[in-house]
Amino acid sequence: MSKGVLVDLTKCVGCGSCTVACKLWNKREFDKDSPAVGLNPQLDDQNWTTVSFNEVQKDGQPVWRFVKQQCLHCEHPACASACFAKAFQKTPEGPVIYYPHLCVGCRYCMLACPFDIPKFEWDKSFPLVTKCQMCSTKVAEGQAPACVSVCPTDVMTFGERDELLALAKKTIDSDNRYVKHIYGENEAGGTNWIYISDIPFEELGFRTDVTTRPIPEYSHDFLKYTPAVAISWGALLTGLYAYTKRRNKIAKEENKDVPM
Amino acid sequence: MSAHAQKWSFRITPVRVLMILIAALAAAIVVYRLIFGLGAVSNLNDQWPWGLWIGFDVLCGVALAGGGYGTALIVHILHIEKFSSIGRSAMLSSMLGYILVLIGLFLDIGQWFNFWRPFVSWGYHSVLFEVFWCVSLYTTVQVIEFGEIATERVGKKWHSFFKKILPVLLVIGVLLPTLHQSSLGGLYLTEVGKLHPIWWSPYIPVFFLMSSFFVGPAMVCVETALSGWAFKHKADLKVLRGLAKIGAVIMLLYTILKIVDFTSRDVWPYIFAGGLEGNMFLLEITLGVLIPLIIVFSPFGKTRKGLVTYGALTAIGLVINRLNVVITGMVNYYGPGYVPAWTEIVVTVGLVCGGILVYCFIVENFNIVQHDEESPA
Repeated sequence: MSKGVLVDLTKCVGCGSCTVACKLWNKREFDKDSPAVGLNPQLDDQNWTTVSFNEVQKDGQPVWRFVKQQCLHCEHPACASACFAKAFQKTPEGPVIYYPHLCVGCRYCMLACPFDIPKFEWDKSFPLVTKCQMCSTKVAEGQAPACVSVCPTDVMTFGERDELLALAKKTIDSDNRYVKHIYGENEAGGTNWIYISDIPFEELGFRTDVTTRPIPEYSHDFLKYTPAVAISWGALLTGLYAYTKRRNKIAKEENKDVPM
Repeated sequence: MSAHAQKWSFRITPVRVLMILIAALAAAIVVYRLIFGLGAVSNLNDQWPWGLWIGFDVLCGVALAGGGYGTALIVHILHIEKFSSIGRSAMLSSMLGYILVLIGLFLDIGQWFNFWRPFVSWGYHSVLFEVFWCVSLYTTVQVIEFGEIATERVGKKWHSFFKKILPVLLVIGVLLPTLHQSSLGGLYLTEVGKLHPIWWSPYIPVFFLMSSFFVGPAMVCVETALSGWAFKHKADLKVLRGLAKIGAVIMLLYTILKIVDFTSRDVWPYIFAGGLEGNMFLLEITLGVLIPLIIVFSPFGKTRKGLVTYGALTAIGLVINRLNVVITGMVNYYGPGYVPAWTEIVVTVGLVCGGILVYCFIVENFNIVQHDEESPA
């Protein structure tokens, strides 16, 4: 069964310890010009997770909400379907893993991802794509990802995705502070990281117009015609070649024009 | 052409000297890029991972070089012999176009020494996989096809061999582009919700295929005019007119499919909203489709000038279309964060210059134009 993480945004205090744990576990560098925590932190090749500070309105009062961002580990990952060298692969346990040795660096994954997660090492001579791996080696041993395990306020719950979905439903149904939307339940066909919140997701910088249809299906709908088109078009071309050549030959022999 | 005792020739003109200089500068930038990475020479960033090189060098290059497969279909598969006089030059420029596309692709990938990876690690669920295989195979096929022309002058003992395998190559050489011209559009299917609805369509592969086909005759009109000017050889007007008509019919179908698509997805309001996207689309469709259509079916389209205007406008329209897909259509989603760096522009211009120079060299030394006539050696 596939593992996931439920993020309850109402509990986050913005301490940023998750971003520190991520850097330590994944050996990412700290860069004071590109902080992982703050008003407008950016995911990049060193920041695999960020916590953004958002001032929003709640019941007419300004309030702060803190949003952790990282790869959502889609059920049907667009990056994996876009990669032409299998550098992205979904594991049965949930994480979508990037294999650098297979990567060509074409960056089609960056375009395909509906959440704009994969980032590129622009300042390197031989740059790779990078993104959160959901600490796949820990998850494979049944442990929670580094960021989850250090959270002091229990914002994140690690477990089976369907159990987390049930928990999320129970939470938002039993408490009317929550908006009635589980982000990641259906977005892009479902993600392994899911979010609940008391502020509408679009006000917190979430992309809410994501298609609910798995993105790989769009490519599949196109690619499934390839073999049939290749075979029938190839046969037709061969036939036309032979037919028109023979017709021209006969026309020449009989020394008369054949109307085109 | 009897080639005995003939020397290799390459005329040096001021224009050619300028093109050699630009190509040399581009080559220097390319070396710098291969050593210091993509970030060092481009303005690409995490928000804008694809820019000018993919948009122009690859997407436009492949479409503009599509003149080869359309002409091959008409001349060699359908054996419509009145068009055979332009067959060789169209297929030559197509081959060079594809080689430039491969170079452009190679420059755009981060792990360039890893370019061969998809040949062994099969990401067959990716549209890019189809593009990669078809473009590399098709370029190979075109180079082998060119062997038939090359062996008229060098390695003559191989000539009969190349002539024998040509039919198979020609069939494959029409099949492969049909697949990947559409799959280049298919790449953008994953951009659902990102690419502006004017361009994102479930039919985008069909639009790419049709436009690559109708730009073929247009490019033939432009190229024959250019080579007529450079090599004092005028292609038969009737031939060009016939080709342009074939292109115009596909263009008309393209326009109808656009109308159906826009109506079914309710896109019309965006087009006349007056924003960047709407205006760029109006520019693309008016300049590149509507005016050329009017020209072809008017008396102006019967003249050499008219056909060259038709060809140039169609080609420009196609370039605007591809750049709209790669850049304009993404501005609304990513924000206006990308303008090509001067180094990117020089490499693009340099590639085109290099292609033209090689084209000139081959035309001057091999039997490309006036293929049907017995030319004095």
